[in-house]
Amino acid sequence: MLRKLSAVVLGGVLVAATLAACGGEGSGTSGGGAAAGKDDGKITMGFSQVGAESGWRTANTKSVQESAKEAGIELKFSDAQQKQENQIKAIRTFISQKVDIIAFSPVVESGWDTVLKEAKDAGIPVILTDRAVDSPDKTLYKTFIGSDFVVEGTKAGEWVKKEFASAAGPVNMVELQGNTGAAPAIDRKEGFASVLGSDAKFKMLASQPGDFTRVKGKEVMEAFLRANKDIDLLYAHNDDMGLGAIEAIEAAGKKPGVDIKIVTVDAVKDGMQALADGKINFIVECSPLLGPQLMELAKKVVAGETVPERVLTEETTFTQEQAKAALPERKY
Amino acid sequence: MSVVRHRLFWPVAMLVALLLSNLFFTSGFFSIEVRDGHLFGSVIDILRQGAPLMLVALGMTLVIATGGIDLSVGAVVAISGAMACQQIAGLDDQGAVGGVLVAVALALVLSGGLGAWNGFLVSVVGIQPIIATLILMVAGRGVAQVITDGQIVNVNSPPYKTIATGFLFGIPVPVIIAAGVVALVAVVTRRSAFGMLLESVGGNAGASRLAGIRSRRLIIIAYVVCAVCAGVAGLMVSSTVSSADGNNNGLLIELDAILAVVIGGTSLLGGRFSIAGTVIGALLIKTLDTTVYTIGIPPEVALLFKAVVVVILCLVQSPAFRAKIARRQPAEVAA
Repeated sequence: MLRKLSAVVLGGVLVAATLAACGGEGSGTSGGGAAAGKDDGKITMGFSQVGAESGWRTANTKSVQESAKEAGIELKFSDAQQKQENQIKAIRTFISQKVDIIAFSPVVESGWDTVLKEAKDAGIPVILTDRAVDSPDKTLYKTFIGSDFVVEGTKAGEWVKKEFASAAGPVNMVELQGNTGAAPAIDRKEGFASVLGSDAKFKMLASQPGDFTRVKGKEVMEAFLRANKDIDLLYAHNDDMGLGAIEAIEAAGKKPGVDIKIVTVDAVKDGMQALADGKINFIVECSPLLGPQLMELAKKVVAGETVPERVLTEETTFTQEQAKAALPERKY
Repeated sequence: MSVVRHRLFWPVAMLVALLLSNLFFTSGFFSIEVRDGHLFGSVIDILRQGAPLMLVALGMTLVIATGGIDLSVGAVVAISGAMACQQIAGLDDQGAVGGVLVAVALALVLSGGLGAWNGFLVSVVGIQPIIATLILMVAGRGVAQVITDGQIVNVNSPPYKTIATGFLFGIPVPVIIAAGVVALVAVVTRRSAFGMLLESVGGNAGASRLAGIRSRRLIIIAYVVCAVCAGVAGLMVSSTVSSADGNNNGLLIELDAILAVVIGGTSLLGGRFSIAGTVIGALLIKTLDTTVYTIGIPPEVALLFKAVVVVILCLVQSPAFRAKIARRQPAEVAA
């Protein structure tokens, strides 16, 4: 009863918080704005995050905040709650506060030209993190740091090619895609197909969206298992869908990782656990921990050094043995 | 002719047509095998996967019958699952049946409370239902996130897992639960005056009040039943993968549920409702999903395919549309 009550009260508080945020977005970042400047020699960075929509994103936020502290960079953090207008407001606030550098993960790809032009006119360099913008004018931002989803798909495909190198017959594959139209879904599919598509030995039996969630991943996998008697490999665009599919495979009386090999992308903690347990065979990492690299880039940009147009996040891949070793220190 | 005139003829015909079309692509679509004394097969899958939607749509039917609508059911699905999983994750022995039952009860009580909140806003405060339930729809996901601390909560509890993946007498447990709840609601609404009173309130709230019906209490009951149904669905959804994802569980299920109700022939304006129609509507939507997967319709086209099926169904169901077609082709009507 008490729990119910507290949840309801929390709900009320949340509504209030949301309403307040509507009116005062960006006001949280205004403190100490006047003090920000180049006079104290300390770099001030304005960072606008997409939101807190997943565990991956939360880890990303933590990484940026912690590495800013370590690098001695003053961070003004703003959460856009997955709305572009919030993000544009936050960037304008950063400009008026005269921060030294702006970094942000764009909520969507388009519609950034005006506000980025404003930043450029104010002489504030911009770094994109994790997600790209589709602006044709490449001078609007200094660099873009983040994962390359196509490369992730390629890594997964290469592992499959090696794993089944000695297999004689056709390799029957199924694929669980992310949300239809989402950049990671399109790119991870493309990268995977670029490695295996031309090889007649590998046959993609079915490929459907599992919306990056466990429940949907399980549901779609159940349908795959009914429609196709003989599946050798599952490629899931993220760990969660793979974890859902494992449940479906087990319910069908097969052994995940043995009867059906599984390769996924992300390497979140639950996925790594399944990998260590032998239920997943291979995971391509998509790391949210780009904070240290971002801070290093920021220092270089502010110092006027040239930086590459595109910087890839340092990422690796995990086999079952590597997962066992890495698991104890996995933060997210 | 009288069969064709029946309200549920077209939805049933569409359901049968979809099921048959699967047969062309998967030869063993209707085959049901018995493995370890349990039933397995595509049709069983549809029933099992459709159970949560069926429950949510069932509750939605009652709310819509009162002339209301409940947009918050998806959020309640998330909250209920989050509450149960969080509770079970904190148990010393996750396999203890007693502890799991307490967690389930807590989740359902919480769901009922949220339904009462919706009902209170609609009937006592007098906020329009779409706005009143929108509040919980938006805030509810936040509540679910707060309960789980923003993480996906994993549980390893065989009794909890039974809710979605277990079998009783060879039949999947979720199917039994859904059938039981549907039967219960059907009996209560049709064997007592409750159903008629709901229709009366939905048909004309003012006239009902003047006739001495306590509409306020009825409306609150409808929203509570709806939320509890969503709560049970939330238990199933989280139990199926033994984890609660506050962000994604039950996402957009409110729209599927409303669609199921409408396909089943219940008017969004309130008044008469059909529980059998809702069940068929829910099964139709789930069959549509399964059909997309088994036929292998590319994801880019899948949404369009679903939309076309639904539009065709709505058109043939509409008496006005059928009358128009009939007037253009008088010869066919005569035949």
